[in-house]
Amino acid sequence: MSGTIDTSTSVNLQPNDRLRSREPLESDGFADFIQETLALTKRLFIQLQRRPSTLIAGIVQPLMWLVLFGALFQNAPKGMMGNDLSYGQFLGAGLIVFTAFVGALNAGLPVMFDREFGFLNRLLVAPLASRYSIVAASAIYIVALSFVQTAAIIGINALMGAGLPSIAGLGIIALIILLLVLGVTALSLGFTFALPGHIELIAVIFVINLPLLFASTALAPLTFMPQWLQMVASLNPLTYAIEPIRYLYNHQQWDLSSIVLQAPWGSVSFGTSLLILVGFAAFTLTAIQPLLKRRLA
Amino acid sequence: MAAAVSIQNLCKSYGTVPAVKDVSFQVERGEIFGLLGPNGAGKTTTIRCLCTLAKPDSGTIEISGVSVLEQPREARKRLGYVAQEVALDKILTGRELLELQAALYHIPKAEARQRIEVLLEVLDLQSYADKKTGTYSGGLKRRIDLAAGLLHQPEVLVLDEPTVGLDIESRIVVWDFLRQLRASGTTILITSHYLEEVDALADRVGIIDRGLLIAEGTPAELKNKLGGDRITLRIREFTPLSEAETAQKMLSELPCVQEAIVNATSANSLNLVVTPDRDVLMTIQQSLQTAGIPIFGISQSRPSLDDVYLAATGKTLLDAELSAAGSRDLKAEKKQSMR
Repeated sequence: MSGTIDTSTSVNLQPNDRLRSREPLESDGFADFIQETLALTKRLFIQLQRRPSTLIAGIVQPLMWLVLFGALFQNAPKGMMGNDLSYGQFLGAGLIVFTAFVGALNAGLPVMFDREFGFLNRLLVAPLASRYSIVAASAIYIVALSFVQTAAIIGINALMGAGLPSIAGLGIIALIILLLVLGVTALSLGFTFALPGHIELIAVIFVINLPLLFASTALAPLTFMPQWLQMVASLNPLTYAIEPIRYLYNHQQWDLSSIVLQAPWGSVSFGTSLLILVGFAAFTLTAIQPLLKRRLA
Repeated sequence: MAAAVSIQNLCKSYGTVPAVKDVSFQVERGEIFGLLGPNGAGKTTTIRCLCTLAKPDSGTIEISGVSVLEQPREARKRLGYVAQEVALDKILTGRELLELQAALYHIPKAEARQRIEVLLEVLDLQSYADKKTGTYSGGLKRRIDLAAGLLHQPEVLVLDEPTVGLDIESRIVVWDFLRQLRASGTTILITSHYLEEVDALADRVGIIDRGLLIAEGTPAELKNKLGGDRITLRIREFTPLSEAETAQKMLSELPCVQEAIVNATSANSLNLVVTPDRDVLMTIQQSLQTAGIPIFGISQSRPSLDDVYLAATGKTLLDAELSAAGSRDLKAEKKQSMR
């Protein structure tokens, strides 16, 4: 350690008188919650700004899928995927969703590192208005990150000739991404507090990641799949995020009653897809409550 | 006025392993209280319960009369905590870390900025404030962590092993700062397995061993209770055991010698407890000379805190450290510290 601590200057180090009282201290719970959530979110964005590799990798990876997978099926006959689409056009919607999904699935990693390095303890000894501010900050950060990444994919996709949905369409895409990211972030945070360390968390992410992609309609339509895989894919929430977006890309006209998917048990409309996503997010967010309560109580 | 910290009958187990069996002590306002004991004695578990990081199985803990278990948020407001392992976000600068900490304690922005400047100045951190904490040396990390613990002007500052891993110079800087802090009225609770640290800093000491508080008092009280002075006698640089035992037998018979032990871990030197008397050294030297036993070195001292620990547990702190080191389950400890 260099230098010395200067004890000659008289400075105010004494305890705050307010803190010596037994009486509960006045505080505005909601304002405190906002203050701590913003501060925690700011920390994550400072990290992102100084270490942008996650952001960049999150954009580059789906892009490589787009280019390589698109090239792999370049010679597939038009219409094979239904609706007279080239494979590249077909793939776009799947990759937008996949990008957001992977980002959200990794949401727990920074929190896991905070657990392991003891930084979480620093937060837990602080008089937080609610410890959900830690969860809220992660969610805000991941949602923002996903928006930037999907916007980049939508932009590049447009440059490659897939076109651009209308403003209302883009709004709906944002809503779909928001719902999916909230649901998957909750799942990831659940794993983060249930598993012992980052090795295990990365393993789980690794195992979930690609199977969920392949067992969705991201790479091929339901009609392309054997019966059993159709069943699996129509249970996969990713499918209900992909199909409405794909519909937006390929149809000028759409409304909530437009049929976007022929599942084995019947037709699924645009509105139903959105409801399923709301249900998925609500389910995972509720499901992790007991775990969070136990860990953060 | 209530004591700054009051812990009553604290018990805490991890699974079937008891970490703290029954610990009670009070820390008065404005004093430095040192919790001394070997690694694994239950110091950190006690601190974790106090700082709301672990839930006790039974017992009560109060900070300035506020129950930690019933009003954890009120208790946290009154508490500053400097953990054993400094957990800094290495991507943030020191100033950014302090700003984050200030927001977590809900200090208004303008006030926080002012407080941060003051602490950076007092702790001589100004020239490092805008560098990333990942580039800091051990001493700097400890200082920024101290600043973080003091931002909200806590009533009680808790430091878990504040100088582990620091060089001597940094350690003395931290000690000086803690003394200065006490002078300004902050109550300080430190844990340590360094005898010198507790001896140098603490107004009162609690010695903790295997989950139990085995002695409590001012360092002087504890030492005086032991009675006699200590004499360390080395017959040769490396004394043969037989010769040491002969001397032991002979010296035990002297009226001024209360106890004589051969210390095998220190080249068979002799540790004597003697009645505090000015002539005692002379008497021993003379009887050794008569018996034809040489003296390589001899020294007399007042009892140390290590002697207090030795008297209470039958082993020295160092031995306890070594035997604990072999039986520690670091993986389990890591799991306990994670939430």
